[in-house]
Amino acid sequence: MNEKIFDVAIIGAGVVGASIARKLSSYNLKVALLEKECDVSFGVSKANSGIIHGGFHHGSEYLKSKLEVQGNRMFDQLEQELHFPFKRCGIIVAAFSIEEMKTVEQLYMNGISNKVVGIEMCNQRRMLALEPKLNTDVVGGLYAPAGGIIEPYRFVFSLVESALKNGVELFTNFKVVASAENSGIYEVTSEMGNTIFSKWIVNSSGLFADEISTIFNAEKFEITPRKGEEFLLDRNSAARTDHVVFPVPDSVSKGILVIPTVEGTTMLGPTAIPQKSKEDVSTTSINLDMVFSSARRMVPSISQRDIITSFTGLRPVLKGGDFYIDISSKQPHFIQVAGIQSPGLTAVPAIAEYVKDLLKKDGLILIEKSSYEPSIEKVPRMRTLPPEEADLLIEKDPAYGEIVCRCESVSEAEIIAAVKHGHTTLDGIKFYTRAQMGRCQGGFCTDRIIKIIQRETGLSYEEITKRGKNSWLIKDRIGELKVNSYRGIQ
Amino acid sequence: MKEFKFDTLVIGGGSAGMAAALEVSKRGFSVAVAERENSMGGILNQCIHNGFGLHHFKEELSGPAYAEKFIDMVETSNIEVFIDMTVMDIEEAGDLKYVYGLSRITGMIKFSVKTVVFANGCRERNRGSIGTPGTRPSGVFTAGLAQRLVNMEGYIPGKECVIVGSGDIGLIMARRMTWIGAEVKAVIEIQPYPAGLTRNIVQCLNDFDIPLYLSHVVGDIHGKDRVESIDVIPMENGIQQKDKSFNIKCDSLLLAVGLVPDNELAQKIGISISPETNGPIVDRQLMTAKNGIFACGNVLHVHDLVDFVTEESERCGNYVADYLDKKTPSDQFRTLPGKNVKYIVPNFYSPSEENKFYLRTMIVKNRAELIASVNGKEIFNKVLKHIQPSEMISFDIPKDSVHISDCTENTLEVRIV
Repeated sequence: MNEKIFDVAIIGAGVVGASIARKLSSYNLKVALLEKECDVSFGVSKANSGIIHGGFHHGSEYLKSKLEVQGNRMFDQLEQELHFPFKRCGIIVAAFSIEEMKTVEQLYMNGISNKVVGIEMCNQRRMLALEPKLNTDVVGGLYAPAGGIIEPYRFVFSLVESALKNGVELFTNFKVVASAENSGIYEVTSEMGNTIFSKWIVNSSGLFADEISTIFNAEKFEITPRKGEEFLLDRNSAARTDHVVFPVPDSVSKGILVIPTVEGTTMLGPTAIPQKSKEDVSTTSINLDMVFSSARRMVPSISQRDIITSFTGLRPVLKGGDFYIDISSKQPHFIQVAGIQSPGLTAVPAIAEYVKDLLKKDGLILIEKSSYEPSIEKVPRMRTLPPEEADLLIEKDPAYGEIVCRCESVSEAEIIAAVKHGHTTLDGIKFYTRAQMGRCQGGFCTDRIIKIIQRETGLSYEEITKRGKNSWLIKDRIGELKVNSYRGIQ
Repeated sequence: MKEFKFDTLVIGGGSAGMAAALEVSKRGFSVAVAERENSMGGILNQCIHNGFGLHHFKEELSGPAYAEKFIDMVETSNIEVFIDMTVMDIEEAGDLKYVYGLSRITGMIKFSVKTVVFANGCRERNRGSIGTPGTRPSGVFTAGLAQRLVNMEGYIPGKECVIVGSGDIGLIMARRMTWIGAEVKAVIEIQPYPAGLTRNIVQCLNDFDIPLYLSHVVGDIHGKDRVESIDVIPMENGIQQKDKSFNIKCDSLLLAVGLVPDNELAQKIGISISPETNGPIVDRQLMTAKNGIFACGNVLHVHDLVDFVTEESERCGNYVADYLDKKTPSDQFRTLPGKNVKYIVPNFYSPSEENKFYLRTMIVKNRAELIASVNGKEIFNKVLKHIQPSEMISFDIPKDSVHISDCTENTLEVRIV
């Protein structure tokens, strides 16, 4: 039981909820961030393409276009403050026929109407000069230099860390199942029977925004999950491009992309398949073949040999295709932030501003906090340090001298930092540090990470999970057998 | 940052690294070994079953016992061992190489050396490599990780498991999981024949009534948080028969689906990698395309017996010493895999020396013939009782078998018929 009354409770700690929480943490407010999973960014935000879009896929009549262009411009400052991996590598759209070039022209017009800076139409020669790995059948395309790539989960982790530093309270494993309103105060109850009280509610619960809206007796709408399967290629793949490469979009999606991820791997995808289940994140072999043939049409050197893993993300799609961000007309002090699919990640800094303004309009008093500290501490990454700096760092903290994940060169100190910031599952540590994310996929480091989690948290081996709930790793211990070092059983 | 000078730095202190280092050291050169674990021995440390050493020591040893024999030799030699050390980078500087390695105790060390030996082994192929569709729950382990959790940490990673792959690692783990009280419900093998040794089929599966499904694949993994079941699909003539698929309930899936040499560092400095072995292309002296940089053991190509790793690595150590003594044969020509041969190592031979080769075939056959020819002229043949892709074949071509004086193109091609 938490008797404190919050000013704002944000439901859902994905990238949308985390951005809003951080924005609100700059004011004198009591803010709660509620998450049903055991860690933040474990829903839609953990499995997406990580693209900072170029502002040309939709016209200016859409709210999402306006927020996309605004959001895009805010990332440089955010990166300075929050140190997440981000790069403006530029986006190209490759056309393979005269008909496709007509669509490209439309995209260019969209970009112009959205006031995108630097966007250009490209002939074949220009396309191949920009991206020599493109199929030489390309006839032309579009170039948007302001587009880029980001590690989406690291972005969320940083946003939450910053929000917590500035006083936001995070409640994980808090799946909202009931609410009651009493003289302007919402009582919000979790599946495990915990409650919090809050004056305002922000519904940023991604795939479940429709269900949360129903729980609060607010607007009725339906979120349809749309599956996106992605494939990750080894960082040594010869097919790694310099830019994000898009095909010409169709009516359903932006198509299968080739994405040079900000951390050096290459990602292919996503598919776009509507489905009923909000839980089904399985991959299928038919779609694997489809993704590869589509991606290879643009970049022929892509090879299935280079696959290190695949995964599925779900887009929270709302009818009409635009974002739904508004003050509820059915419930007081209730803000809807729903249907945030692509380009949601790009738009999110602007969404946070927009929601802040809606809250203000709805009567929330915003007084800037004098103690607000926008920056968080930067955790050094051994992989990127020159030898001299690495040596000095190990002298200060020897845990930097212990490389736990050999594929991505992640040190023990980075894993300890992940645990200290509340990421105590294998997936949480993976997203924070990249350990287990390389070509061996945890084959060599999982046992070492299990040991570090145990030592740093006091959890016993059977309490350690891949991502909370029933995702246990170890069932039991072998009798009294004690095994250590190369000398075998003692 | 500390700086050390050695004649040779060996990367990896497993069976390959120790054997190579010992030979270089015996020839009077200064050697250091960088080992990333907290003790030498490599993967042998977790292979507590028997069957190692029959060729090299003429006795049957467990993995740790095999390793210990070498560890004892290294410890009484002049070799400098750096444990807990991960090599981060290599630079070429004229005739010298700068290797950067770090550990908790030493910080970053710059090794300034004349020669480098890659002996850092291989890694397991995993779910991504075989493209198994389905959900991504906890409970999908590579067999080696499961082996480590069981044998090194004493953990039981699941109670009802299915093993994918009937190579020796899969078979050994089937028995190991049974012994620790788990139920092994099936071993699934995509090929129509088992990949592992016959003795392991008998001792690890038959003795425990574990069913082996040949010509089957895992079609789907089910379970949201933890593995709940898998779909198994029979193959007929190489095509999946999805209508005949069946489901096996299990809480864990162990993948023993092959090994790949781990060549990230070699690739980083531009050493060319063979697409057949996934290891560096090496000359007759096991030297890569970069002068003074050698490779041996599983980082060069995946071996099935540690005894062969030892043999190859001891030779490699001597080749390194030859290089340091400036005694390298100058007449080297290419070797090429011919008909029914997946690869042949090394990628060069020298007609004026005896040449030892390792080869992997692509076919299963009784009484096969291995034929080596230069310019279409047969120079060597050998009859083999039984061959299969999972069993490496070794052979020596004696000195002066090739008379090259009248030839312009002296590529040696090896085929199997």
